[in-house]
Amino acid sequence: MQTSTDTSWPRIRTAGFDGFLVSFGDRLSEPANRAALAFRDAVDRAGWDEVQETSTSLVSAYLRFDPLAQDHAQVHSWLAALLEDTDWYDAPLPEGRRLWRVPTVFGTDLAPQLEEVADLAGHSPEAAIEAISQTRVRVQTIGFAPGMPYLGELGEEWDIPRQTGLTARVPEAGLCVAIRQLVLFPVATPTGWRQIGQTAFRLFRPESDTPFVLRPGDEVLFQPVERDALDSLRVEADGGAVSEAIE
Amino acid sequence: MTRELIVHRAGPGVTVQDLGRPGYLAFGLSRGGAADRLALAEGAALLGQGADLAAVEMAGMGGEFEAGEDLRIALTGAPMRAAIDGARVAWNASHFLPSGARLSIGAVEAGSYGYLHLGGGLDCAPVLGARGAHLAAGIGAPLEPGARLPVGKDSGSGGTGMVLDPAPRFDGGTLRILPSLQTDFFDPAETRRFESIAFRRDTRGNRMGVRLLPDGDGFHSSAGLSVLSEVIVPGDVQITGDGTPYVLLSECQTTGGYPRIGTVLPVDLPRVAQAQAGATLRFRFVTLDEAVGIERQEQSHRAGLRKDLQPLIRDPRRIPDLLSYQLVSGVTAGDD
Repeated sequence: MQTSTDTSWPRIRTAGFDGFLVSFGDRLSEPANRAALAFRDAVDRAGWDEVQETSTSLVSAYLRFDPLAQDHAQVHSWLAALLEDTDWYDAPLPEGRRLWRVPTVFGTDLAPQLEEVADLAGHSPEAAIEAISQTRVRVQTIGFAPGMPYLGELGEEWDIPRQTGLTARVPEAGLCVAIRQLVLFPVATPTGWRQIGQTAFRLFRPESDTPFVLRPGDEVLFQPVERDALDSLRVEADGGAVSEAIE
Repeated sequence: MTRELIVHRAGPGVTVQDLGRPGYLAFGLSRGGAADRLALAEGAALLGQGADLAAVEMAGMGGEFEAGEDLRIALTGAPMRAAIDGARVAWNASHFLPSGARLSIGAVEAGSYGYLHLGGGLDCAPVLGARGAHLAAGIGAPLEPGARLPVGKDSGSGGTGMVLDPAPRFDGGTLRILPSLQTDFFDPAETRRFESIAFRRDTRGNRMGVRLLPDGDGFHSSAGLSVLSEVIVPGDVQITGDGTPYVLLSECQTTGGYPRIGTVLPVDLPRVAQAQAGATLRFRFVTLDEAVGIERQEQSHRAGLRKDLQPLIRDPRRIPDLLSYQLVSGVTAGDD
């Protein structure tokens, strides 16, 4: 059952003692991302009693179950059968997607690694800001921290590895980059990603009816604003971010 | 009188904990919950109630508490020095805490996380379906002096004055580990070395995970630092950029990009959480079939906790009002 020597995709593997991961690739691609989102949705709709929780990562769907109530082989066979149902790589994106425009301070003392990142990408800082702020990135998954989006995909020059050492603390709503992706942190966190911008967008609101703001499939434009604008954005709803439906 | 627990003093890592909040993984929120779930099961057995009730988790240091009305309590997890109105009380036991009495709990004597359970459980307002603090997500916070925590109606059974013999887990030991999605990123010689050497628990550690210091070189995978972020589960052993392993615990992130060499079985996570800085830990890979057998055994151990309780034998010299006890009730002439 441990099919890790298998080199074809999709692939079903155990994740820890009580989980399975169905992966649609080992590199990020839009079809693999769509497949993961659609497959998780199908697992939810299948309504298997023994499944306790599901989620997605960038290119995988995860499920947790109780192996003492249902053996691994049985759940594996359900997943294998579901995989045969359709061409998951051809699945549509989720419905109800929105485009968000998020005011962002690039660089300055708030995001001191912008120059380093621009250099690694072979750009001047100005060109780096222009390139990133004009790329409409999509929420590929929510994960790591509550409400935190992984956004992509940036051009190949942004294929920058994570740092060897951790940045001790990136503040809440900090924008970071690595491996052709952007992440926006909902809480202050140590990270190996490099910070290039700072927003005032609160992504996790446990006290609210909608605790998690962004959803997979949403798209985001990070729009440059002056350093001084951030304080006033912090008192605005959504940190000055606005959204519209994607038709 | 109000049915509440009043906090007069609390160490820096004292929080409300329960079995966590499943259902939000897809939104990036890990389940969280007690660092030592076995301790919740032990507390539940001692008070004859469900393990889903919220309790007070104390990292390293306890605090001073007062009952707003008569309460039953139980103390489990890492043993700490505890007293009610100055009289020492046993750990891993249930006790009667009268209204107005002061319960003082000191520093851990072994292990890392001690637990104070209340008959009826803590009844604080749930956030996203659970009461446990999730510090990494900013849900809840460590308890502060002056906090008043509502306590639920006590419908448990078993009275007080019972004790249990806890499963040993407070001084490190061997962790059973399953291969993970990314074990193959590591050279077989590296995984063998991982199983053969000892690790010491670093001083860096919290409810998200603990760092281990290898007795020898760090570990390196072929994947480097450009692995696509993938699902993380509690127990995953992630190897960070400098080659040191972190064992991830209940409050871990939900996805991550550092390669994982394996996943510690749920049954052994209390051992990870409870290991003190400097404690020695080792890893042993098991198969999935072995893991199912081990977890099934643990399930029946937890189900049997209640029947293994023993009456707390009190040392008569420690009972200040011994002569006021009715010591002979139930004794008959023997001819009945």
